[in-house]
Amino acid sequence: MSEKVLMKGNEALAEAAIIAGCRHYFGYPITPQTEVAAYMAKRMPKIGGTFLQAESEIAAINMVYGVSSTGHRVMTSSSSPGISLKGEGLSYLAGSDLPALVINVQRGGPGLGGIQPSQADYFQATKGGAHGDFHMIVLAPASVQEMADLTVKGFELADKYRMTSMILADGTMGQMMEPVSLEYDIKPAPEKPWATTGTKMQREHNIVNSLSLVPEELEKFNIERYKRYDEVEKNEVMYEEYMMDDAEICIAAFGIAARVSKNAITEARRQGIKAGMIRPITLWPFPKTPFKKAAQSVKQFISVELSMGQMIEDVRLATECRVPVTLCNRVGGMIPSPEMVLEAIKEAAKNGGAR
Amino acid sequence: MSTTQFLFAGFGGQGILFAGKFAAYKGLIGEKQVSWLPSYGPEMRGGTASCSVIVSDEPVGSPIVSRPDVLIAMNLPSLDRYESAVAVGGTIFVDSTLIDRKVERDDVAVYYVPATRLASDNGMPTLANMILMGNILKVMNEFDEESVTAALKKVISAKHADMLDINLKALKIGAEYKEEV
Repeated sequence: MSEKVLMKGNEALAEAAIIAGCRHYFGYPITPQTEVAAYMAKRMPKIGGTFLQAESEIAAINMVYGVSSTGHRVMTSSSSPGISLKGEGLSYLAGSDLPALVINVQRGGPGLGGIQPSQADYFQATKGGAHGDFHMIVLAPASVQEMADLTVKGFELADKYRMTSMILADGTMGQMMEPVSLEYDIKPAPEKPWATTGTKMQREHNIVNSLSLVPEELEKFNIERYKRYDEVEKNEVMYEEYMMDDAEICIAAFGIAARVSKNAITEARRQGIKAGMIRPITLWPFPKTPFKKAAQSVKQFISVELSMGQMIEDVRLATECRVPVTLCNRVGGMIPSPEMVLEAIKEAAKNGGAR
Repeated sequence: MSTTQFLFAGFGGQGILFAGKFAAYKGLIGEKQVSWLPSYGPEMRGGTASCSVIVSDEPVGSPIVSRPDVLIAMNLPSLDRYESAVAVGGTIFVDSTLIDRKVERDDVAVYYVPATRLASDNGMPTLANMILMGNILKVMNEFDEESVTAALKKVISAKHADMLDINLKALKIGAEYKEEV
């Protein structure tokens, strides 16, 4: 095993992208993800790659579209307001079945909002980031190691399913440093016979396009695409179960909220309350099965979020509302404290949740 | 099983983040689990800078330090803001050159180190942070030259390798400092 080094989440992610074979980065600076761009600016020229600071987020995502059309691994990164600007491009990528990696290191919103951590772009990321019927694969890291690991995974999944993978991180994940090991066995990217690489007069033209004026055809494309989405739902769900064996109160949390919740669960267990957690790693596809299974044994779910109650809807859907699901949250750049989560667990226990 | 939560706080430019990174690497070399989280808000630009460092035998849960075991206060606003947050039985290190008041709490251990004065007396005006750090390690019984040097080599990039000796010297000055009574 290689020696572990301390890296910021943003930098570990950028290095992992390079290791995964990404040689093209387009972006526009915005706190708290600017280190991704800074790292790429430093590294890409040295390895024959492209770093380009675009004139806007919209330009950057369309450059991603261009490179992806040629079959190369490509990424862009931004934070919440910048991701909204990229929305049109995300829809076009989906409509053209192009793989790409998009990073959202979220900050408080809506509007220009603030620059402190947030998870309030959950709906935007998981329910389709723009117009039309489409999904992105949404990966939620909860450590610096996962910032790197899920970046590699994100590229692989994007190529495999011809979709956009989004890393949905937050300000803390981007800014914090933790020990990280960047040892990967990178598989070669799959063949991309659809890529516009030049016909050399030996094949038909490949056309990458999202325009389709014949409704019958456009319907067919949508249905075909959703068959691929079914495969993703079947094969690619990722989650972590923490102390769920005998849990009577189950926390649902991802990213920084899951880290905070672990402290609260440790303390709750010390006080004799059987608390556990299901941490979705893929937010789309959402880990419905473990939640549905847990609903047979736990007495209450608590969705811990840095948003006004977004993931809670998916928890309720997955558990078919069989047991109560409550919300424990802070917003606007604030982060729930372990004490606040512990209080929510104790409240649930008092209401008959535990023992 | 033990966990120590550090909060480093002071002005931007005092090397708060650097001292925190050094502490994190010191832990990593000692095969501990570590995390380092800086403040990155507008307060960094000319106001208070702070960083949370956790060194633990177990995987680190939340990287946010809200009840520090060890507070390193390098200016008055930081002491004013965080004194009450320190855990009972915790420790506060004060740069007594820049902070002229005493710590009011009596349920924490306090060490006053005139780090900024020692730094300028020794011709290393930018290394008050590392002088303080040396004192912290000494008090915590963690000062040994080997691991301290190893950690320095991690935080000082190859480009600045010539800064290694003076940082080590600063740490030693801090470690050897005895409070004047």
